[in-house]
Amino acid sequence: MAGANGVGKTSLLRMVCGLAPIESGQILWNDTPIHSQSDVYRQDLCYLGHLNSLQESMTVNENLVFTAALAGNAPEPTQLQEVLAHFGVRGRGEQLVKHLSQGQKRRVALSRLALSQARLWVLDEPFVAMDEKGVRMLADLIASHLGKGGLAVITSHQQVDIGTIAPQMLELRA
Amino acid sequence: MKKLGLFGVMAALLRREVSVALRQKGEVLTPLVFFVVVASLFPLGVGPESALLLRMAPGVLWVSALLAAMLSLQRLFATDHADGSLEQMALSSTPLGLLVAAKALTHFLLSGLPLVLMAPVLGLQFGLESHSLGILMLTLLLGTPTLSLIGSIGAALTLGVRGAGVLLSLLILPLYIPVLIFGAGAVEADAAGLGIGGHLSLLAALLVLSVFFAPLATKTALRISLE
Repeated sequence: MAGANGVGKTSLLRMVCGLAPIESGQILWNDTPIHSQSDVYRQDLCYLGHLNSLQESMTVNENLVFTAALAGNAPEPTQLQEVLAHFGVRGRGEQLVKHLSQGQKRRVALSRLALSQARLWVLDEPFVAMDEKGVRMLADLIASHLGKGGLAVITSHQQVDIGTIAPQMLELRA
Repeated sequence: MKKLGLFGVMAALLRREVSVALRQKGEVLTPLVFFVVVASLFPLGVGPESALLLRMAPGVLWVSALLAAMLSLQRLFATDHADGSLEQMALSSTPLGLLVAAKALTHFLLSGLPLVLMAPVLGLQFGLESHSLGILMLTLLLGTPTLSLIGSIGAALTLGVRGAGVLLSLLILPLYIPVLIFGAGAVEADAAGLGIGGHLSLLAALLVLSVFFAPLATKTALRISLE
């Protein structure tokens, strides 16, 4: 999803997640309005907004375990290590989040995607604060998710190739 | 990857809140220190007349505890709101009402329970007898969880609002009045040798009502604040 600043990309994503009310129309998931099946829909949804959703006074591992718990999952320590290594923050698991750089925090936040079992990923500017290697890594992860039959709704100002799957572009205009 | 049930998710939230609080000890200690300082100022202000202190004790101790419990309410959801964790909780497949109840429980454990344990020490300054000290603890044990639950509604309603602290006090203090009346009333009745069954029953009833209705109201307020 593309569009100029302030055009309403984030607002639309929040509506897709059910965080913001819809003035008209409806959003369907499996042919059913999301508001009439919120519990089922939330199990299928993983949302990453502008904020990293990381508690600064907790370690990286504690944050990942907590956000996985919110989705009803309990990852093994080895899984956490693998995911962090994949996202280029190997060995940071026991470090407090407040001691990480902005880029590292973003990588930790995005590493939640690799632990998520949700079918629908809603990602608001996921490539922001990522270096070139990080962008490629995330694009590959999204491509792998799509390859497994998953869906992703993404806003981005960057043109990034996501595997061989041609994305459906939606441009919002004021 | 293992799957967690509802209680597993709530336990994860409790563990998180407690571990964060233990790393930010100032936030746990502030209400307790405030309670001690405020309750200790009264004997200094009104003088050493034991009969007057004894008569004032239930009200002073209860008002001090109530204000102390309110101190940390503003931060109940504010940090999670600022870092985005609250959105993740709102989008969790675990009912938000249960997560809210777990947050209120941790607020009680970290803010209310220390007040319950400290109260008898402060009661001694006012010359309360040992039986009345026990009743004071019992009323606080029944009353402070209600304060946390009712307070969570105010914390959710004032989330992200400028000057939230003052607004929170204005919203919540009137709702605290029944808890204050029955809590202080029980200690006063006991000191006067009267029965306290009615006061305790009403405090327990308020707690039961709060357990059922406060998380629902807080959940709705949070969803409105997140829009």
